[in-house]
Amino acid sequence: MSTTTQKSGEAKLNSYRSGPDDRGFFGLFGGRFVAETLMPLILDLERAYTAAKADPTFQAEIDHLNLHYAGRPSPLYYADRMTKELGGAKIYFKRDELNHTGSHKINNCLGQILLAMRMGKTRIIAETGAGQHGVAVATVCAKYGLPCEIYMGAVDIERQAPNVARMKLLGAKLNSVTSGAGTLKDAMNEALRDWVTNVKDTYYLIGTAAGPHPYPAMVRDFQSIIGKEAREQMLAAEGRLPDTVVACIGGGSNAIGLFHPFLDDAGVAIYGVEAGGHGLDVENGHAASMTGGTPGVLHGNRTYLLQNSDGQILEGHSISAGLDYPGVGPEHAWLKNNGRVTYVAITDREALEALQFCTRMEGIIPALEPSHALAQVMKLAPTLPKDNLLVMNLCGRGDKDLFTVAKALGMKI
Amino acid sequence: MTHATRIDARFAQLKKEQRPALVTFVSAGDPDLETSEKILAGLPAAGADIIELGMPFSDPMADGPAIQASSLRALKAGHNMTKTLAMVRRFRERDQTTPIVLMGYYNPIYVYGNARFLADAKAAGVDGLIVVDVPPEADEELCLPAVDAGLNFIRLATPTTDDKRLPAVLKNTSGFVYYVSITGITGAAAPVVDDVHAQVKRIKGQTPLPVVVGFGVRSGPQAKAISRGADGVVVGSAIVAVIEKSLGSKGEATPETVSGVLALVNELGAALRSA
Repeated sequence: MSTTTQKSGEAKLNSYRSGPDDRGFFGLFGGRFVAETLMPLILDLERAYTAAKADPTFQAEIDHLNLHYAGRPSPLYYADRMTKELGGAKIYFKRDELNHTGSHKINNCLGQILLAMRMGKTRIIAETGAGQHGVAVATVCAKYGLPCEIYMGAVDIERQAPNVARMKLLGAKLNSVTSGAGTLKDAMNEALRDWVTNVKDTYYLIGTAAGPHPYPAMVRDFQSIIGKEAREQMLAAEGRLPDTVVACIGGGSNAIGLFHPFLDDAGVAIYGVEAGGHGLDVENGHAASMTGGTPGVLHGNRTYLLQNSDGQILEGHSISAGLDYPGVGPEHAWLKNNGRVTYVAITDREALEALQFCTRMEGIIPALEPSHALAQVMKLAPTLPKDNLLVMNLCGRGDKDLFTVAKALGMKI
Repeated sequence: MTHATRIDARFAQLKKEQRPALVTFVSAGDPDLETSEKILAGLPAAGADIIELGMPFSDPMADGPAIQASSLRALKAGHNMTKTLAMVRRFRERDQTTPIVLMGYYNPIYVYGNARFLADAKAAGVDGLIVVDVPPEADEELCLPAVDAGLNFIRLATPTTDDKRLPAVLKNTSGFVYYVSITGITGAAAPVVDDVHAQVKRIKGQTPLPVVVGFGVRSGPQAKAISRGADGVVVGSAIVAVIEKSLGSKGEATPETVSGVLALVNELGAALRSA
C-alpha cells in the first residue's frame, strides 16, 4: 500500500490494526465492564498475556502445536465447480473445517490453555453454543490433563447431540443451563457466575472474540493465523492479495481471525455475514446484532446487542446454534461503525440452500455457520468479475448439524 | 465535595443510636407493580434503614438463582426502567427520609441514556446507585456524572480487592462502601464471620465512609454476627426467596407476599437492634 500521499488526517485512521487502546476500547466499543470480584483477575490475565506475547517460547509452543496437533496450515482450496457455476469471482475456501476438532475453535483453545498453565491455573471452565468451542476446550484439557467444566444451554444440548457426546467422551463435565432461554448467552452468564465463585484456581476460556478486555484482542490474536495463512497462500497461488474476503459472524472469532491481517489493505473488500434467522423484520427472529441491533453493554463489553427498548437482552434466533448469540465482538462493532467492513445478514433458508449447494458442487459438507458465509458468496460472486479473487472461511464442518439439517429438509435419518 | 444526602443523614442518625443499618434489597416490580409498591411502602416501618431497589435485568451475571428469578418475574409482569423510577417517585411522596439506592446492571441505564437516567433518578428521589458492572476504570462514564448530579455512587469491594487496588475502588465512592463478603454470586454460601470482620477492618482503615456487608446474609442471628465492626448488613436473596415462596400456583401474589416480606424484615431489624 502506498503511504506517500496519505497524511494522518483527522478523520482518516493510520491503521485499522492498532486497537484496542490500553483500556481495551475499540473506539466506543469494548472495555472492561465486569463486577469488582472479577476485575483483579481480568487485570492479571492482561498482564500474563502481555508477558506471554513478548516471550518467543510462547509463540514457538503455539507454532509447534498448530503444526503437529491441530494440523495447520489449513489448505486454501480453489472451489472450481462452484466458481464456474456462479460465473463470477474466483472462489477459494480457507479450509479451517479440516483442523483437529473440526473447526477454527482449536486455534484459540491451544493459545489460551498454554496461557492458563503459565498462570498456574488448575481448572478450566468455558461456555459453548454449538458445542464446537466446548469440544475444542475439552480436547485441550484432555491433552494437558486439566479438569474441565463446560456450560451449555439446555436447548443447545438437545440440538447438538454429537458434540455433547464428544465432550463427555473427552472427560469434560457438562453443565446444562436452564436459566433464561437455555442458550449461549445464558451459558456465558453461568460460566461468569462460576468464575466469580472460583476465582483462585479457575481459568475462564472464552470461545469468541468478545467479553471483557483482554479477551477480544487475545482471541483475535490466536485466530489471526487464519488470515496470515490465507494471505501467504493466496500470494503463492495467484501472486497477489485477494480482492474479497467473507466470513460468518456469531461472536465473530473466525471472522476477525481472517479479516485482521487484511484490514490495512485498502484494496480488499471485506464482508461479515450475520445470522438473519427468519428475517431481520421478524422481531426476536434473528441473531444479527449489528445489522439488526443497537449498542449496549453485556458480558463485559460494549457492543451491538439484540435488545428491546428497555435494555433487556433478547434471545435471538438462528438455525445455527453457533451464531445465535445476542452480542458480537467489539472490534466488529467498531469496524462496522468506521465502515471498513460491510456487514450483511443471511436467513436460515438461504444458509440451508448454500449448505446443499456446496455439498453437491464441492463434496464438502460445511457447518451451518459458514453456510451463512457461503450464501453471501453465492449472492456476491456472480456480481464480481472473473479475475476477482475471493476467500471465504469455511470455519467448521457439518457433521454436527446433520440432525438439524435433516429435520429442516424433511429427511429421515 | 458532595452534598450530604439522605444516606449520609441516615448513617449519622444510626451512629447516634449506636446500631448497624439494615439494608434490604427487593427487585422493583416483583412479582408485579402493585404488590411491589406495597412492599416498598411497608419496608421502613418494618425496620429497613436503607432500601436497595433492584432495576430488573434479563442477564444478572453476578446474581444467584433467587435474584435472577425475581428479576425475571418483574420483567415478565411488564416492568421496565420508567416504572422503577415512577415507583421511587410515589414512595417519596410519603417518605422523605428513607434512602433509596437503585441497584443493577449497566445496560438498562445505558439504553435509557446515562444523562437522562441520572436526571430522572435524582428528580424521582433516588439517593444512590450501585451498578455492578461499571468498575472504577470506567468512572468518567457513569460514576462521576452521577456524583455531579447529586447522587451517591456506591462501590462494591470484594475479597479479591487487594490493598493495592482498594484505593482505586474507594476513590470516587460516596454514601457507603458495600463489602461483598464472599467470592461468588448473591445468595450463595454463608460468609465466614471472622474473615468478614478482618476485611471490614481493613477497608475502614482506608476510608471514613460507612461499610456495609452483603451477599449470603439470610437470618437475624447471622446478620447480627456479621454486623459487628461494620456499619450495616444487606439482606437480599432471603427476602426475594420469601416472595417466591408466597406466590400462588400461577405465580400470582397472595396476601402472604407482602406480609411475609415485612415479617422477615421485622425479624432482621429486631435482631440487629438487640444487644
